[in-house]
Formats: sequence, C-alpha cells, structure tokens
Amino acid sequence: MAKKVALMQGNEACAQGALYAGCDFFAGYPITPSTEVAEVLSIELPKIGGKFIQMEDEIGATAALIGAALTGAKALDSTSGPGMSLKQELLGYACIAEIPCVIVNVQRGGPSTGMPTGPGQSDMQQAMWGTHGDHAAIVLTPASCQEIYEETVRAFNLAEKYRMPVQIQLDEICAHMRERVTLAEPGELEIINREKPSVSPADYKPYDATKGMVPPLATYGSGYRFHVTGLNKAADGFPTTKAELVDAEERRQIDKVMFNLADIQKNEEYLLDDAEVILFAYGSTSRSARYAVNELRKEGVKAGMFRPLTMWPFPDDRVAELSKQAKAIVCPEMNLGQMVREVQRVAQGRCTVAHIGRVDGEPINPGQIIDKVKEVL
Amino acid sequence: MAQRYEIRFSGAGGQGLITAGIILAEAASIVESKYAVQSQSYGPEARGGASKSEVIISDEPIDYPKATIVDACLAMTQVAADKYANGIKPGGVLLIDSDFVKNVPQGDFKVVQIPIMRTAKEDVGREIVANVVALGAMIALTDVVSREAGEKAVLAKVPEAFIDLNKKAYSIGFEKVKEALAQQ
Repeated sequence: MAKKVALMQGNEACAQGALYAGCDFFAGYPITPSTEVAEVLSIELPKIGGKFIQMEDEIGATAALIGAALTGAKALDSTSGPGMSLKQELLGYACIAEIPCVIVNVQRGGPSTGMPTGPGQSDMQQAMWGTHGDHAAIVLTPASCQEIYEETVRAFNLAEKYRMPVQIQLDEICAHMRERVTLAEPGELEIINREKPSVSPADYKPYDATKGMVPPLATYGSGYRFHVTGLNKAADGFPTTKAELVDAEERRQIDKVMFNLADIQKNEEYLLDDAEVILFAYGSTSRSARYAVNELRKEGVKAGMFRPLTMWPFPDDRVAELSKQAKAIVCPEMNLGQMVREVQRVAQGRCTVAHIGRVDGEPINPGQIIDKVKEVL
Repeated sequence: MAQRYEIRFSGAGGQGLITAGIILAEAASIVESKYAVQSQSYGPEARGGASKSEVIISDEPIDYPKATIVDACLAMTQVAADKYANGIKPGGVLLIDSDFVKNVPQGDFKVVQIPIMRTAKEDVGREIVANVVALGAMIALTDVVSREAGEKAVLAKVPEAFIDLNKKAYSIGFEKVKEALAQQ
C-alpha cells in the first residue's frame, strides 16, 4: 500500500509527529506563529481519547503539562517567544522534578511582542539559559516539514528516555511553509516510553538513582504516592538542604544528558570533507545556507555546511574538530549573534568565526551568505 | 524541470490566493510527485491589505523556501501589482486582473490580462471562486503542472456540493488564458 503523503505546514507536521509519538495531552495558549500546532491537536486529540486544554495563559499551560505528564500522559505545549518567556519558571520546575514533556517554541521577532508574523531565531540562548539555575537542556532544531514530523517523535522519545522537558525550536518560516510529508506507518519509527518502577509502591522512591541515572517514574493514580517539589530534594522526593545530596542530585540531572551525548546529539554534515569555509546553520536559515554552499561550489569555493538538529547540548566536540579543519566558520542566524557565541567559544580562535545576523522579519537569503563567505576568505 | 520554478499569487487578503498556492503545491507535490514548497506572507489583518502566496516547484529537493526572482506572477489588484510584480525574471510571465490593474507593470516579461473577478462572477456565477479561475489561468500560462493534475488538486480540496462550480471555474480560467495567448 502506498504510504500516506500530504502537503502540510511545519506546525501541522509537528502536531502529526506528536500524535505518532503517542501524545495524548495538549495544554497551551494560542499565539502566532505557533497556533496551528494547537489547532490540529484540538481536532485530533478528542478523537483518540486524548485531552486538549486551552489554559488561561502560558504559565497555566505548562503547569497543566507537568501535572498531566505525572499522570502518565505524553504531553505537548506549543508557544512563541512571549509565551516562552512566561513558561521559564515552570520549565525549571520540569527540569528539577524531572518531568518528561515537550514544548515547541515557534520563534518570531522579539523581544516582547516583537513582530508576531515575522520569523526569528532569537530565543536560542533562552532555550538553554532562560530558566534559572544549573540544568541540562535538550533542544531540537529541524528545518523541513518532514524533519519537523520526525524530530517531534524524537523529542518525545528523548523526553521519555531521559525524563526531562525537551524543547523544539522552530521558526515562523519552517512552521508556516507547506511541504509534502510522508507519514510513518505504525511501527516504522521507534517509540520510547518512560521506564516505570519495578518496585512496590511502598518501596518506590521517585529520585532513586542507584540503578541508573534516570530514575523510573511512577504514574499518579496508579497506587504510587510520591512527593513532587521544585525544591532540591532527596531520593524520596522530599526537600533537603544536605550539601552532599543537593550536589549529587544537581550533577546527576546534568550528567544524565552529558554522559549520553552520542544518543542525544544529531547533526547533518553537508560537503564537509574538503571544506575550507563551513556554514554553521540551523532551522530555516540552513536552507539558505545549503543553497549558498551549492552556488559557492559552482564557483570553485570549497564550502560546506554543519547543521545541528540537536542544538543543545551544543555539539562542542565536532565543532572543535571543524575549527581545526576550516579557515572560517560563518554563522547565519535570524538574531544578532547567539549560537555564534558557542562556535567562538569552542573554536578558541583556531579559525575565523563570522556572523550574519538579521532581525528585520526577513529571511537571510543565500546572496547575503555568499557575500559574507567571499568577504572572510 | 530540474531547476526551481517560482510562482507568486498576489492580491488582497481574503481573495483566496493562499489557498490557490496550496492547491498548486498539492498538484505538484502530491499529484505529480515533484518537490514543492508553498509559503505566504501577510500582515496582522485577516482581510484586506496586500497578500501573497508563493510556490516553488522543482524536480529536486528545494532548499531556500522563499521566492527569489519569480518565473510567474499573478496580481489581482493594483496594490499587489505595484508591490509584488517587480521581481519577475526576464522572459517571465505576469497575469493581471485587467479590471483592477490599470497601471500595468512594465518589464522584460510577458503580460496577460484577464478580468478574473468579472469572469468568476459572470461566467462562472460566483465571485468567490475567482481564486480557482486564477489558478486555472496560471497553470495554463506556466504549464508548471498538467491541466489534469491542477484539476485533480482543486477537486480534492472542495466539498462535494461545490465540485461542479470549481470545475467550471478552473476550466474557464484555463481556457481564457489559452485564448489570450492564441491572440498574442
């Protein structure tokens, strides 16, 4: 049988990916340019017995997300910059309480209300550092409708596997453009579900890491009673200020990500073997970068592209290697210099690192990238 | 068609031009299995204002998703013609609604003039299908997908009760352009 294909927006592909992954709960508050994610799920979730809630605001939405996830739901929330700013407190709560959930940020212009219908990539550092305190973050940056579909499935898998919030950073361009998406058959893509406790309710400790870095998560309402708090806590979930316990917990919650980089990180490398100038690009901007690479190659310029699909944790090791190989790394981004800071940090002056920034609501076009490459070479 | 072919539909918000772009992209990428990307830009207002929808079609995967310099452009209003009919490739084509675009953009491209809104109202019977008239016309003008693929995509999009109306709109739009081209 022919596979199901459909022309759909990036936002619709995100909703479809969530459904494939087993998402059965959505809480959110509508905001351009993310609203179609909610729109699709408001239609589809009731059909499969799932729940859709439009909350009173973005803060309430993430609170609902956390509550639902604790009852065993695979929960999704979508928003844009102004909403993401409001969610930061609850995002931190999901980090420390280790709540598996997925939050989509369709980036637009900013700060504040900014330009609601214009694209941006200016929440990239916020995705890592927006909520206070040391914590790990997993942030995915797909660039096509097909990829948004598949990466949304991966986001749920990572959230479930590592028991933590995962963010998908889209931008208005890839969220609103339409492309053909081939929908996966049941069983075709891997689906990971959180590990449930193997001990009895009496013996269950929600943060017991003696058997692994990711403690099993019991489901509220299934007979397991446990305490959830935003305070630093001991293995039993109750608050503690004991220095050695707090230190160990803080470190474990970061190490569970940093010790599993090979499983979490994902990049595309395009024509890098002999590349002298490397474009570091992501999201819709990477599509301009690919166009630029192809044009530059026609002119004999040895150009290539490194494209992270997992932006955080940042691909330090690979970018460090590339900084030894390349004469220059050029970072086009719809912001005034965010991920380029990470490239500079990792490159440590081994090659030229240049930035192309744009915040006028227009995409970075291939011509701008080509001009910059010629300038730095 | 290995190279990317870019089409822009422009007019006023509410005229259904984003839908026309979506249907063309479906004709190309679903019916004909080519690659297509459709995008749009619009202001905060739901109706009125200038609206544009762009479709890029290629035999190869499409990287940059926005139009660069278009091969073909439709302008339904004077505002749209003034704003969006400037970036047309040398040798490209421009279709305008001759009742609304009086100040015809000049350039190294072919201009075809049809009273699109009036055709929808008088020949088809409903002004609301002007976007489908325009779509039929643009497909006739560009040959970017087959006539049949375009019709199939239109009919897949509309409710049962409006199939005949849209079939007629598509067909009349297509024929009008073929007649206009024959006279040129």
